[in-house]
Parts: sequence; C-alpha cells; structure tokens
Amino acid sequence: MRYAETGFNLEVDLTRGSIERVATDPRDTEFLLGGLGTNARLMWDRVAPEVEPFSPENLLVFGTGLLAGTPAPGCNRTIVSAISPQTKLFAFSIMGGFWGPELKHAGYDKVVIRGKSPELVYLWINDDKVELRDATHFRGLGTLETAELVRQELHEPMAQVASIGLAGENRVFFASIEQGRSSASRQGLGAVMGDKNLKAIAVRGKKDINIARPATFIKHCTDALKYIEIRDKNPIPGVMPILAGLGSPQEMRENDEQWHTENFMWGNARHRRKGFWTGEIHEKWTNTMETMRTRLLSCHNCPLKCGAAISVDTRICSYMMKCFSKLTYTMAAMSDLDFGLKIAQKATEHGVDAFSAPQTMAFAIELYEAGILTDADFPGWPSDPEGRFYWLLDHIVGREGIGDVLADGTYWAAERIGKGAQAFAHNNIKKHEQLPLKLGMLNPIYFLMYSTGEKINITQIEGNFPQTPFATKEEREAFVKDWEHVPDERFKQWFLDWEPRGEKSIPNYPPVDATSEIVHWQEMMHYVDDSVGVCAGLSSFPLKPPYHLHNWPSIISSGAGLDLDEAGLQHVIRRTRTLVRALNILRGMRRADEKPPDDHWKYRFPELETKLLDAYYRFKGWNSDGIPTRATLHELGLDDVADEFVRRGILKVEDEKEDAAPATAPSVASASDGAASAGGAP
Amino acid sequence: MTRSNAKTIKTIRIDIAKCNGCRACEVICAAFHAKPQYSSTNPARSRVRVIRDQVADIYLPVYAGEYTAAECAGRDRYVIDGREYDECAFCRASCPSRDFFKEPDSGLPLKCDMCESDPTVTEPMCVQWCLSHALVYEEREVAVEKVAAGDDVDIGLKALADEHGWPKVMNAIGRMGEK
Repeated sequence: MRYAETGFNLEVDLTRGSIERVATDPRDTEFLLGGLGTNARLMWDRVAPEVEPFSPENLLVFGTGLLAGTPAPGCNRTIVSAISPQTKLFAFSIMGGFWGPELKHAGYDKVVIRGKSPELVYLWINDDKVELRDATHFRGLGTLETAELVRQELHEPMAQVASIGLAGENRVFFASIEQGRSSASRQGLGAVMGDKNLKAIAVRGKKDINIARPATFIKHCTDALKYIEIRDKNPIPGVMPILAGLGSPQEMRENDEQWHTENFMWGNARHRRKGFWTGEIHEKWTNTMETMRTRLLSCHNCPLKCGAAISVDTRICSYMMKCFSKLTYTMAAMSDLDFGLKIAQKATEHGVDAFSAPQTMAFAIELYEAGILTDADFPGWPSDPEGRFYWLLDHIVGREGIGDVLADGTYWAAERIGKGAQAFAHNNIKKHEQLPLKLGMLNPIYFLMYSTGEKINITQIEGNFPQTPFATKEEREAFVKDWEHVPDERFKQWFLDWEPRGEKSIPNYPPVDATSEIVHWQEMMHYVDDSVGVCAGLSSFPLKPPYHLHNWPSIISSGAGLDLDEAGLQHVIRRTRTLVRALNILRGMRRADEKPPDDHWKYRFPELETKLLDAYYRFKGWNSDGIPTRATLHELGLDDVADEFVRRGILKVEDEKEDAAPATAPSVASASDGAASAGGAP
Repeated sequence: MTRSNAKTIKTIRIDIAKCNGCRACEVICAAFHAKPQYSSTNPARSRVRVIRDQVADIYLPVYAGEYTAAECAGRDRYVIDGREYDECAFCRASCPSRDFFKEPDSGLPLKCDMCESDPTVTEPMCVQWCLSHALVYEEREVAVEKVAAGDDVDIGLKALADEHGWPKVMNAIGRMGEK
C-alpha cells in the first residue's frame, strides 16, 4: 500500500485523445519525495532542451505535493510545471485551494499532459472515470464562469475546476491557471495550457488517502494546529503587521497599507510616493475594503484566512482575491483601491498574473509618454489612466493590435518594439517581471536570493530569516529566545550581531559565507514545501512557522511511510533543487543571467557581488558558472545528469578533473557538513 | 415504546458567518472515524459536510442525521441575506437525493455520533479543528420524549433492504453466515 500518495499518475495525450492510469515507482518518492521533485524528473526524462514552450512535446504537469490531502494542516498544494513561454526555462507555479486534495481522492498524484488537442476540450476526472469533453462552447469565457458552467454541465457541484480564460487561450505569456480561491499565476503556465487547447480540468474524488503511522502523524497535525492558534494570538513584535503573523501576508485582513504604498514603487515600478498614506486615504481605502470584502477564505484544511471573496457588482462574491494582487493594479495605474479591486475582477476572469499584467500595462503607458508608442498604437483609447488600463487589459488578452505585442510581457515586447523600449523593461529577472521594489543599500542576502532563485520570484525564496535587522540588541535577544527553527545556533548569532547601521550592517554583514548559509536555508524550506505540498505560509515564508526543518522529517516519514532524518531530508531536497537547476542549465541559463534588475538598489558593489555569487555557487557545489559539478551530481545520485552535461559539452572532462582536485572539493564537503551538523548527526 | 426523560443534549452551534470553507471539519471527521483511527482520511466518508458554493458565497456545515429511504416530494429554497439555499442544505438526512452521508463504497448511511469514543474526547473533533469557531460545542438540558431507536446494524440492514429488497439481503446474510 502507498501512503499519503496514491501511487498512480494520469497520463493524457491530447493529440491522440488517450488517457492512461500509470503506476509510479515508490523508489521515486524516496528519491525525490513528490510534487516539484518528481515533476522536475518527468521534465528531465521526457522533454529535451530543444523543445519550445508551445510545442506539443512540452509537458504540462499538475503534481500534488506528497502530503497534500492528508490531515496535516495547510497541505493542499499542486505544483504546476512546464517550460515557460516567457523565460523559456523550467517554470513551476504553486496553487492552493481544493483541487490537489480532490485529485488525490480521485486516486492520482499527478496529471501529466502532453500533445495538443485539435479542438478546445476539458478533462473530467471522476474517480476511475476520466474523459476528454468538448469545450468549444466555453471558448472565450472567464475562468470562474467556466468553472461554474462545467460544474453545472456535469451536475457535480462538488467538482473542483482549474481553468484558463481568454488570456490562456490566446497564449498570453503571463496567463494564469485559476482555480477559484487560488491560482498558478507566474511564468505563463496558462498559456501552455491554452496552447494545448485544454480549457479546464475538473476533478471529483471519493477515495481514501492513507496514513502510514497514524498516531505519530496526527500528533504532529494537532501540535501544528495548537501552535498556529497560539502564534496567531502572539504576533512577532518589531516587524510590520503583514510579516508578524502566519499565512501569506494578511492583505485581505489588514487595512493599513502605509508600508506598501510608501515603500513599493508605483507605475512601471518607477515612482516612490513618500507621504502618500494620509488619514484621508486610510479612511477611504478601509471603507473600500470593508465594503467590497464579503468573507475571508481559507484553502483546503487550513485555519488561516489569506483569501477573500470580493464583491464589485451586485453579487456577494464576484471573485476571490489573495495577497498582494490587492494593490498591484492600483499602484501600477497610479489609482486607488476601488479601481484596483474592480479591474482585478476582470483580470481574474481573463486569467492573467497580477504581478506581470499590471506592470506590462504601466510599461505601455510609459512607452506612450516617452513617444516610443504613439496614438496610432492605441486607437480609441480613453484619456484617463483607469480607462487606459481597461483598454490595455482587453487588447492584451485578446491579442489585438499593440496588445498582441504586450501580451509577450515587458521583455519580449521591448525587443519587438525596439526604439529604446528595452530601457523601460527595467524590472525583470530572467525576462520575468518582479515585485515593484527599488531600494537604497544592497542587501547581500537579497542579492543572492534575487539572483539565483529558480522560481524567479523573491517571495518564493525569502522567508524564515528576518528581512531586516532589528533596531536594538534587546529586541534581537528577545527574538532568538524561542527561535528553534534555525538549522544551527550560529544563525542566531548572525542575527544577534546584525545591526541597522555601522560596521555590522548591509552590505558587508552578514559575512559572505554566512549569507550563503542563510540563503541556502531559506531556499531549502521552499523546496521542502513544494515537494510536500504545504502552503509556504505555514512553513518557508513566515518567521517562526509551525513547520520547520526539525519536525518535517518525522511528519513526512509518519505520513508517507518513509524513514527520513534531518540529514536525509536535506539530502533529498538538495537533489530536487539541483535537478531544477540542471533543467535550466540544459536550457542555457548561466551565471550571466543571475542578477537582480540593475536599478533594484541604488548602491551596488560589483566586487562584493562577485564574491557573494562565487561563495554561494561553491557552497552549493556548482562551478563558477553556476553549473552543478560532476562531484555534486554524483553525491546526489544524479550521474545521468552529469553524463548528459558532458554529452552536450556543458561540463567538460577537464572540468571533471578540476572537480576532483582539492580546490573545489572542500566546498562541496562544507555544504554537506552544514547539513550534517544541522541534523545533529555525529 | 416511548418514555419521558430529562437529557443532556450535545449541540454544535454553527455560525455560518464565521465559516471560511476550509473543510478541516470533514478531513478530521473522516480520519477520526477511520479504522484503525487516523489511518486514512476522505471527506466523502465524513459525517459533517460543508455545503459550499464559492460564487454564491454559501458556506454551510451540515451534520449527518438519520437515514431515510425516500426523497422529499417538494423542495423549497430559502433566501437568507441575499444567499439562496436549497432546503436540502439544512437537512441532516442521508437520503437518495444526494451522495452525502453515505459510505462511498457500500452506500451505507453515515451518522454523526459526536465523536463518542473510548477514550472519550473533550469535544467533537470537528469543533476542535475549527479555529474559526464557526463550530462551537455546547451541552444543554432538555426534557425529551425518547423513542427507542434501532442500533447501527438495524439501520444498515434496513438501508440495504430498501435498496435491494429483503429477500436478497436475507439470502446474502444466510450465505455469508455459513462461511
């Protein structure tokens, strides 16, 4: 019997219209857990680096995390992956909600989609009965609209539906896959789904999910719940409210937006508005939120309430929103919250990413103001900024006129437009739009996270270590007292010594080697989450979460029937992380691509940045170009990856000799030493 | 047989305004009642279900009550604060008109037992797991006319007989009893 997972994947070939139920190898679970790890392996095994994002050979995988659907609170994630049309790299975006657990209950861990359907279809998974159904009558419909109509057509009000809107159908490079309360938004996975002519996947499941060691596992679950309850009543002092609690930032609950509106940039990540947050604005925005937000919402089996039902018309719930999408349209359009919540309703129905879409629209407006685009590019557009945003949204998702160019995102649009437009696509990493932040002094931890994060999104690598130093020694001492989450005591010391200014402040503190370890820990936690299928908001993202490096091994082991200790978990996670990197190395990603936007910080330190990247690569067991070495790959049981690297000339035989030499070897050893000492191994 | 009796009624007070639709109540109910306990979970086996319609903003936990063989002849709709509820939403019955409160494999009816178990639990598990406090456990004293109800075996057999007819059920019992 398999525990926590079902042991079966659904393989769907849309070209042939075939559906197969395929048993998976339990050794894959031991090797890579589930979710992201096994998604990455499928990509490695089946998709050559020459395969284009919009090729039938691109693989779109909906993979549930290993513990998704078990009673462990917050374990509800589905990891959606494919080659991204925007970055041309391996993209993985995580969605919460209810879809993943439903798929497990139907008896499958993953839905693996290849090929391309001749007509628009949707997939209906009803326990053992799985079929492709005509979706041509849903063409052009919104994501929530489609989900509702699918449920009606199937007479299945309990079915969970993941769907794309017009943006996905038209292969907008930042199209999302929406699933009611949640979405897989980043890197254009909705466009890949649209390219495959797959409008939706509906799931209904009524089977058991088994637990290997019930008494131990349920004790962990109730401990986590108790901790969440206590932690909710005791926010962390000294950090801003949205970072003081658990869950994703409580944007739906908090009305005080001074920090975001005055520290994040408006327009095309361009304008900082100090003094924006007046009493009058506070009152007006609070009123907007209190009026339009009709209910706080949770994902499957999670006590946190990070989402909300929003009413922008006569309906009590017009759509569901979460997190920072609350402000992205408002700030990009230099408008107010009322506008932001209203346009987000249309954008959610069309299915676009709430980071990239508003930024691309603000970019278009800047190009117009700079005279690079002219009235001829915007026939009939209104004069007010809000009206222009609606116009742009319609034209982008419809790929009409200039909208067809903008639909490729700021990087590719700038390449097509030329005439200096490239300078306006200034807020990208690896061709992907980032949070609108522009800061003063370089922070070494964030420099590495921005540069090397494979999800290309800062919120998906940062988390467990405070973003900034606390003001006083007393506050820092109070913070580390119950900081049991750290891999090792030395992390506490780095935080205790970290000062807001002076010798031990950014950019020179934490020291280079400590920075590597801090980044490695934070990233590792995200990879644990994406393998296990837990919401980052209960593990890798907040400070002092209920799940951490020291309780995960027992939770995973007792749930899934594995035998993992801390060192073992860290080893598996390093393997997954390295495999994800290997996929992108195969697709040409190199050190030169690993950098934050030029203007992210005003004060930059090229020499320090070189040292940071060198040290981090060494710590990870990658060579100076960011490529995992033969020794590292061998240690992780990924010799086939190394062989492929050599076959393709990515690693050379002489590199391998260098690997074996003492100059590089200790760095690999130090990484595993770190893991071992964190695990308390002898 | 009926008799007059003063009884402690176990109640779960359901505040639907506080429900965030997470379905933790379903997950833990199914796990608690699994055999062996907590060895599996499956909301389809849960004795509490959240009637849930995100677009209509309906979040309504409802508990499994008595089994009934017949569907209601008419079904009304309630409109409460602009939300339209099917009458069935408030009904606890395990009945032919919906697939709630039936074991998914056997079709046998399920019924909330307030987590009565040995060792006892302080409050039903769904209440313990509802950190939103949409579900709150209360006990109150009431005078009741109690009709002696059949036990689980009676209810199960009656349900099978309704589905397949007595002769078939008797036949099966006879056949299996011989093994």
